[in-house]
Amino acid sequence: MRAAVITFPGSNCDRDLLVAMQTCFGRPVARVWHGDSELPPVDLVGLPGGFSFGDYLRCGAIAARSPIMAAVRRHAERGGYVLGICNGFQILTEAGLLPGALVRNAGLKFVCRPVRLAVVNRNSPFTAAYGPEPITIPVAHHDGNYVIDPEGLARLEGEGRIAFRYLDNPNGSTADIAGVLDARGRVLGLMPHPERAVDPLLGSEDGKPLFASLLAAIGGGGAHR
Amino acid sequence: MTLPITDELLARHKLTRTEYAEIEQILGRAPNLVELGIFSVMWSEHCSYKSSKIHLKKFPTEAPWVVCGPGENAGVVDIGDGLVAVFKMESHNHPSFIEPYQGAATGVGGILRDVFTMGARPIALLDALRFGSPAAPRMRHLVSGVVAGIGGYGNCVGVPTVGGECTFHPAYDGNILVNVMCVGVARADRVFYARAAGIGNPVVYIGAKTGRDGIHGATMASAEFSATDTALRPTVQVGDPFTEKLLIEACLELMETGCIVAIQDMGAAGLTSSSFEMAARGGTGIELDLDAVPLREAGMTAYEIMLSESQERMLLVAEAGREAEAFRICRKWGLDAAVVGRVTDTGRMVIRHRGAIVADLPVAPVSGASPVYDRQTVPLPRPLPLVGESIRAPLDPPRALLRLLGSPDLSSKRWIFEQYDWLVGADTILPPGLGAAVVRVHGTRKALALTTDCTPRYCAADPRAGGRQAVAEAWRNLVAVGARPLAITDCLNFGNPERPAIMAQLVGCIEGMAEACRALDFPVVSGNVSLYNETDGRAILPTPQVGGLGLIEDVARLVRPDAARAGDRLVLVGESTGWLGASLYLREILGREDGAPPPVDLALERRNGELVARLLARGLVRACHDLSDGGLAVAVAELCLAAGIGARLDSAPASTAETGWLFGEDQGRYLLAVPEASVEAVLAEAAASGVLARAIGELGGDALTLGRHPPISLDAMREAREGWLPAWMGETSDAKG
Repeated sequence: MRAAVITFPGSNCDRDLLVAMQTCFGRPVARVWHGDSELPPVDLVGLPGGFSFGDYLRCGAIAARSPIMAAVRRHAERGGYVLGICNGFQILTEAGLLPGALVRNAGLKFVCRPVRLAVVNRNSPFTAAYGPEPITIPVAHHDGNYVIDPEGLARLEGEGRIAFRYLDNPNGSTADIAGVLDARGRVLGLMPHPERAVDPLLGSEDGKPLFASLLAAIGGGGAHR
Repeated sequence: MTLPITDELLARHKLTRTEYAEIEQILGRAPNLVELGIFSVMWSEHCSYKSSKIHLKKFPTEAPWVVCGPGENAGVVDIGDGLVAVFKMESHNHPSFIEPYQGAATGVGGILRDVFTMGARPIALLDALRFGSPAAPRMRHLVSGVVAGIGGYGNCVGVPTVGGECTFHPAYDGNILVNVMCVGVARADRVFYARAAGIGNPVVYIGAKTGRDGIHGATMASAEFSATDTALRPTVQVGDPFTEKLLIEACLELMETGCIVAIQDMGAAGLTSSSFEMAARGGTGIELDLDAVPLREAGMTAYEIMLSESQERMLLVAEAGREAEAFRICRKWGLDAAVVGRVTDTGRMVIRHRGAIVADLPVAPVSGASPVYDRQTVPLPRPLPLVGESIRAPLDPPRALLRLLGSPDLSSKRWIFEQYDWLVGADTILPPGLGAAVVRVHGTRKALALTTDCTPRYCAADPRAGGRQAVAEAWRNLVAVGARPLAITDCLNFGNPERPAIMAQLVGCIEGMAEACRALDFPVVSGNVSLYNETDGRAILPTPQVGGLGLIEDVARLVRPDAARAGDRLVLVGESTGWLGASLYLREILGREDGAPPPVDLALERRNGELVARLLARGLVRACHDLSDGGLAVAVAELCLAAGIGARLDSAPASTAETGWLFGEDQGRYLLAVPEASVEAVLAEAAASGVLARAIGELGGDALTLGRHPPISLDAMREAREGWLPAWMGETSDAKG
């Protein structure tokens, strides 16, 4: 497992994601600057939460055009793993690596609270370590309301690409969607923050199986495809 | 070119004729307009503390663990292992009333800069909010705007907002209070101060460009309002949290390189105060070239550039020859940077613009010789203690408790704190809504306990007692989670100090706070004064807001307020006389605000707190709550709701009337949830320490039973507590158990 976390100007969960990955993977994780045009040799790329470029245009829209995103796209096309959390999810939809879009919460307010989630697809490389019971992971976002057209939704549902659903929808997302996979199941975007749920002192360890799933899928070694 | 000094010109600059005469005396000539503007902001109440200075000296500011007390950008305390905590609280009251979103947002931005300018990474924000009557016009708009502004800024910069308070009283109808506290952590050997040094060193400006916003913000904050003052909106600045985030990262990276000699944020009074303060502290002079200042719009005058309060700007003195290094880091973060001056040995601030010298002022008198007033006070009438028998209870205790839990002041502030990212940084161990917030020091076993406290109704009834109580309650809140209280910051919010009754409140509160700080070894290390909080002659309640910081050496020793279990016994520590004067019960149930506030016996406070600290450290206590607003009944209810377990509370002891026993607000008290097996040890330790402690009930079931009254279900209490704020804001409550 070799992993990297990208820092965009305005990212603010980059350190948290890096620490969670290092803790769960048991090895160092690289930091990559958004202005770089190449990724180091890695299996997994993490796009962290935050407010890239202030989210002053649409959330994630400017970051999706950062130099590093061309490299992330090539990495995904090669079958590399990509995990986008919160702003990272928004960037992935803006970059076209995941379908749909994230718009303002239905309640119009920022919402930060632990939410209960159903793990819908337990066969993906991101979710295989989860059991059938609901999990609790915090959300913290203003624009987490997932929208997608009916055909797109039907495709997601038909292909088993809905990874997580909210049990108490905090933002009005279509079909309670909290996280989606790409067609190959190698790119996951989700609004909840699993990196904030890997330490019992913070109230939940339900984020750990996500990282454990990745470690199992990719392997503990340093092999690069 | 001589400036005609008219009364109107002086009034616009909020300077008196006497103050103006002093300016001429200092200069030996008449000032020009730029110089008059500089004096006006530097000598404003906001920057010079001219009404409060002689009284602020009464605060104890030293302790072995204090690294830096008041006078710098923020206070610094040692937290061991080569680390320090850097913290301060500041008000942004006037701007928030005029434009709640931007006023509150820029308040957050300003206090963040005060902390990271000292080399500390900000790790927590707390906000103490005082609003007017829920029935007052604009109040919903003000609450939602202020909350959205704090969230909008704090969430984006990625600093968790972990605590605070929010209460309502008609005295704040025309002047709400927005006090924000920021806490950061730095390496003890990497604390930066704002002292210009090194003759010839470049003065570097970094961050946002300078615009015409906020000119004279500091002087606005130094005058009272009239009802028509919404026209002041153009003096409120606009915040850009994205730029602030870049500034934080760029400044911390710059500090790592060692090329910074001194650094100061451009807050109130912008370029003027930052340059004068750095030069004054360093005993140097500075030459400024305003043509080099990055400007947002063309045609700005020297007066406007010097007085602009555009946000997200820093001024620093770099080591000569290392400018390129500084510029490279600023470029990486996409920030403007420019050399705008040099440090000199003249002791003068010489400002050039468009080829001419536009100001030439001696630094020390502008910065340090501002007028100091010993303003007149009058003795305030002291309310008499209420005699227990005079209070007749119109509601039975269960109903009174539900009413209190659902009152604006005690109701859950979930609607507010869920709009704040309280978890970013992944170190928030005690989230908002439980008591003191606890934030881990990243990468260590240490944690900081943080709280904001003040009971304005006590301060109004008796300023000295209220000042004492504000400090004592902060201390108690920190003790209750197992922290060692280290120091406080404060925000002294009062009305017009030119009125002797207001000045008496200010002096009384300061003296009461100072007594408590001294008695509890809890010094003041930073603070801020906000005066003229009145509209059309109606002042706010005296509100000396206290922000307390405590240290938990090992997070494993944290005592969580939500950790009580069924079967635990309830133990009350401290003495209960049933004191109802100035209590929340009196106000909410009987509609009265009279009576003396509960006395704070500081020796007892300390003895009780030290006992509780020992009991917690010995692991004898599962959960601990301090007693404050609403007394014992509310503390039990909060303990039950936090743990999700009911309780049975014994009837009042024969010596105490029931209403006072349940709702009295005697000070220095704690409620403990103690495992059955430890009760004896707890009571024995208390007896050996000369502290009154008694078992008064036990936890269990799903309802709270007060003596012989019918049980109150947890659901009913939760509904009462969670319902009010969302309902008032016109939303349905979505309380989560």
